Amino acid sequence: MTIPFGHALAFAAALFVLGLSCVLLRRQIMMILIGVEIMLNAASLVFVAASAYWRQVDGQIFVMLLMAITAAEVAVALAMVVYLWRRKRTLVADEFNGMRG
Amino acid sequence: MTTVLFYILGFILLAATLMCITRRNPVHAVIYLVAGFFALALMFYLLGAPLVAAWEVIVYAGAIMVLFLFIIMMLGLAPQEVPEGPGWQRWLPLVLLSASLMACSLLIILQDPAAGQEIPDFYLAPQALGEALFSRYAMAVEMVSFQLLFATIGAFLLGRPLPKGEDQ
Repeated sequence: MTIPFGHALAFAAALFVLGLSCVLLRRQIMMILIGVEIMLNAASLVFVAASAYWRQVDGQIFVMLLMAITAAEVAVALAMVVYLWRRKRTLVADEFNGMRG
Repeated sequence: MTTVLFYILGFILLAATLMCITRRNPVHAVIYLVAGFFALALMFYLLGAPLVAAWEVIVYAGAIMVLFLFIIMMLGLAPQEVPEGPGWQRWLPLVLLSASLMACSLLIILQDPAAGQEIPDFYLAPQALGEALFSRYAMAVEMVSFQLLFATIGAFLLGRPLPKGEDQ
């Protein structure tokens, strides 16, 4: 396989920017979380490509840890989504603009 | 052959992600994202990470995305389709922002001397990965397991029924 390291990085950068624009453009909380997932996957692509480039195991181990942490993050985030849905019956992020004081 | 395959998979990944972030129906978005993650898993395999590729399919596409789908369907988000975002004129600054960020990252990547060098053929057997994971990185595994425990407790606390009067 003859791929320059930069091309793998460029794919990851494009994926990251797509995820970032998803977070910035969308207003529904579910889609914002999906954007975060996309960005995390861009990070894991960089880790795996770097792992292959330097022929080291560490990058792949970090991807494993990243997946576990993502699972934890998604569990809390989706519990929060359900909580917000119960509070206001909507998931549009703009609606959640008040604090209870 | 694998080189061509890598680029094809990369463009499938980007196309599926682009479709995902522009869908209005969250169910369709998640399905496109799962398709993209399958392409990403194959890219991981080509980069010499078979175990990570398997985990990408099992954990990401299989568990995390299905959890998203589950919540979307539980809340019934699909049919009523929240009216989504501003029109193109208000999208424009964000698109410009993303494009300039992308251009900057590409310039930085191109400038790096390592960018032109090829990724060597590499294959990491699952056994080697497991040995490193449970010896050198044993502490990290413990910390991640604590993190999962805390997440379980947090999800449990957030998922409790609301006190009376707060539910609309």
